[in-house]
Amino acid sequence: MDVVIDNLPLYLQGFGVTLLLLAVGGVGALVIGVLIATMRIAPVASLRWFATVYTEIIRNTPLTLVFIFCAFVLPYLGADIPYLVSAFIALGVYTSPFVAEALRSGINGVPVGQAEAARSIGLGFGQSVSLVIFPQAFRMTIPPLINVFIALTKNTSVAGGFFVAELFATGRTLANANGSAVIPILLGVAFFYLLITVPLGLFAGRLEAKWAVAR
Amino acid sequence: MTGSSVLFDAPGPKARRNSLITSIVGGALIVAGVVWMAMTLAAPRESGGITLPGMFDESRWDIFADPELWGFIWNGVIGTLRAAAVAAVFALILGVVFSLLRSSRLKWVRYPTAVVIEFFRGMPVLLMMLFILLVFSTGSYWAVVSALAVYNGALIGEALRAGLAALPRGQREAGLSLGMRELQTKLLIEFPQAFRQMLPIIVAQLVVLLKDTSLGYIVGYPELLRATMNNLSSYYGNRYLFPLFVVTFLIYLTMNLLLSWLARSLARRRNSGGGGRGRRNAGGDADVSPDQAILVAEASAAARRSTST
Repeated sequence: MDVVIDNLPLYLQGFGVTLLLLAVGGVGALVIGVLIATMRIAPVASLRWFATVYTEIIRNTPLTLVFIFCAFVLPYLGADIPYLVSAFIALGVYTSPFVAEALRSGINGVPVGQAEAARSIGLGFGQSVSLVIFPQAFRMTIPPLINVFIALTKNTSVAGGFFVAELFATGRTLANANGSAVIPILLGVAFFYLLITVPLGLFAGRLEAKWAVAR
Repeated sequence: MTGSSVLFDAPGPKARRNSLITSIVGGALIVAGVVWMAMTLAAPRESGGITLPGMFDESRWDIFADPELWGFIWNGVIGTLRAAAVAAVFALILGVVFSLLRSSRLKWVRYPTAVVIEFFRGMPVLLMMLFILLVFSTGSYWAVVSALAVYNGALIGEALRAGLAALPRGQREAGLSLGMRELQTKLLIEFPQAFRQMLPIIVAQLVVLLKDTSLGYIVGYPELLRATMNNLSSYYGNRYLFPLFVVTFLIYLTMNLLLSWLARSLARRRNSGGGGRGRRNAGGDADVSPDQAILVAEASAAARRSTST
């Protein structure tokens, strides 16, 4: 326990980098994800196609491989970027199809009858989307989206294996330096991760229960 | 919202033509992007006075004629599959145990299980691997396998619990009224249905497990990534980094797409056949219809899948 308290500044430093990875990766994933989701429901066939292929490819690639691409292969191909930036890219790109799928599943979860009803009372496209479908889809989208971000939080730990000094890397260094106190050190690292993931998970669960639409 | 065409009026000739034009333009842009990327990769590069051959140059791909190299790659694939298969079996067993304990009627069983599951779910698998590796000094193989088993077991347990919770109450009541015991009802009536309902989610979780074996790269287990990107690329030299990456990528893609395809065909089978449980028509016996609950559970499970690390 003493080891954890003695090294608290190091922990907080690592935790800060983890939060940074989470924030930048999350925003990147949201931007690309919204783009891909829109492409997937676009009336233009070639865009739909591209979005589907993109989703399938990224979703079936291990994050570690994406990281290897961004950290080792990209610089080798001539892109001169620091490891932190390559971690941002890897996390953003890897998470984006999951964001897109969460958005899509929310929209798909609204029964067709709702749209038909909206159209039959004379609402236009904009009105039926903004007044009828989106409010319902929104409720079904937020809990999965929170889950995507929980996953992203955990995924930031992979960056620790690729020369980014975040929480996991800090834990590994400390564990190597203090061989006698490995358990408290790693539990300390786990505590910081749980600090983000558990409240988010409880929040998502609450929303899921509260927002379940009775039809 | 499966038929989003409901939202529009049927497109007339003008709208159809416009959409065709945008489609072609968009397709041309995408193709142009891909071609540009390929050209950039193929172009020879100047680096410190020497000209490096392009990425598709023969001198970069000649190692793949060497059968010994394929032997190494094969060993990597076996390493990945072996870890994934053993971890999958343990994860399924753990998932069943977790879901039964978690949906127990006894508070002092249910709550501690919930805490344990939350703990395992909230932690990065990588951290768990490191923990097992350092604390139990098991060697990297068992570190990878047991961390994956515990982590995915917790997730599968949650999925099964959602499946159990989404069953109509009548199923349990019917079982009990036939004179079955609690446990009998749970194991013989409820569980098979929940398992079937959640099978696509479980298989999808197993895809995640397969992908996650790649974390073995970081803790030093010789699976596919370590075999190709670390061992082979340092043995043959850096100039084969890109070709090796492409080959590894394709192997992973094939393995995962096959499993995903299996998951999807299972989902289709469940949706088309397997009626007669009266679930589709029975809906609305609780304030949340079971289908809705399943949808939400599926959506969040799909989201959690990105956990995939």
